[in-house]
Amino acid sequence: MNKNLKVLVNGIIKENPIFVLLLGMCPTLATTSSAINGMSMGLATMFVLVCSNAVISMLKNVIPDMVRIPAYIVVIATFVTIIEMVMNAYVPALADSLGIFIPLIVVNCIVLGRAESFASKNGVISSVFDGVGIGLGFTLALTLLGAVRELLGTGRIFSLGIYPEEFGSLIFVLAPGAFIALGYLIAIFNKLQRN
Amino acid sequence: MFLSLSLICLTVAILLAQVNKMTATPIAEAKAMKLQGAISEVVPEFDNDPAAEAFTMATGQGDSLLVYPAKRGNEIVGYAMNSYTNNGFSGNIQLMVGFDMEHRIVNYAVLQHAETPGLGSKMGEWFRDEERPSRSVIGRDLSAGSLAVSNDGGDIDAITASTITSRAFLEAVNRAYAAYLKSMSEQSAIQTETTKQLPDREILTEQEGGASNE
Repeated sequence: MNKNLKVLVNGIIKENPIFVLLLGMCPTLATTSSAINGMSMGLATMFVLVCSNAVISMLKNVIPDMVRIPAYIVVIATFVTIIEMVMNAYVPALADSLGIFIPLIVVNCIVLGRAESFASKNGVISSVFDGVGIGLGFTLALTLLGAVRELLGTGRIFSLGIYPEEFGSLIFVLAPGAFIALGYLIAIFNKLQRN
Repeated sequence: MFLSLSLICLTVAILLAQVNKMTATPIAEAKAMKLQGAISEVVPEFDNDPAAEAFTMATGQGDSLLVYPAKRGNEIVGYAMNSYTNNGFSGNIQLMVGFDMEHRIVNYAVLQHAETPGLGSKMGEWFRDEERPSRSVIGRDLSAGSLAVSNDGGDIDAITASTITSRAFLEAVNRAYAAYLKSMSEQSAIQTETTKQLPDREILTEQEGGASNE
């Protein structure tokens, strides 16, 4: 249990996919124009991570080494397709605003990276914990980045008004603001971790 | 090697087919709801099913739009036009523009766009600002001439810093009007045909109503 907890915390802090590993930058920069978008993108990725980690660690002895990458991709793509269909059915507005980035979770290198480096070498339970940890780390980072951009750009967090929209600077909602905000967040994260 | 990969693919295919079956109806319902919502937002009150009676109408510029007629009783009270433009700042914009029978815009809804958030994306609200008539397109009579932004000699204020989006938006509205005009003339031709048959039916229902009263 203690070991699993370590795996979980490891994903959130020591190996945070965004702030430390700098993986999956494309959805990170593109979908975090608001806190809610960042959070839902993170949760969708977390679902895929947990499911694919679990299934791949279960199948690790069945899958021959030579075809492991195609097999992993098939498993990951399945869960991505499932979450895409479910989102289209029950939260169409959210699915619209995330658009192409939901199907693109398939090629998110975090997911395949964890399958290759963790799930294929560890048991089911610790793989699930790793999925939850990395997923939470990803979700927290995306939510934080989304909240910062939304606050500086429009004066709101989760659509709650903090200050009038006129004082917001539009650049944070646009692509350059994503790079600037992410850079500062990484710097702050590194500083905090070193202390 | 082949066996294990094939087995994985087979299981996955079965699983996906199941999920697809489960979500197909909710997805279709969500789409229909969205369409229905957009239509009822942009036309006067109606009691038919505009989506079921939709037809395509040429705009006279080499393309055609989907038209949703809104009817109350058997009378057409307005048309919702599914219009578009490809000249937005980020390409395609899909609009639903509603007209009443006097060539006036009742309302509009932005169905799909990729305009810059905070700039062009304001079009969903900008062009229906009731407090600023120089921005609003609501209630405008297009038989007086097509709409244009003030930079182009028109009388509509463009969105601040988003003239391209504003031009594209009005282009889509004007396209909707072109198809609306054609639908009007075509429908009135059909209408006169059906009214020839209608009187008999009306008399019939009146008699039925009278009988039940007695």
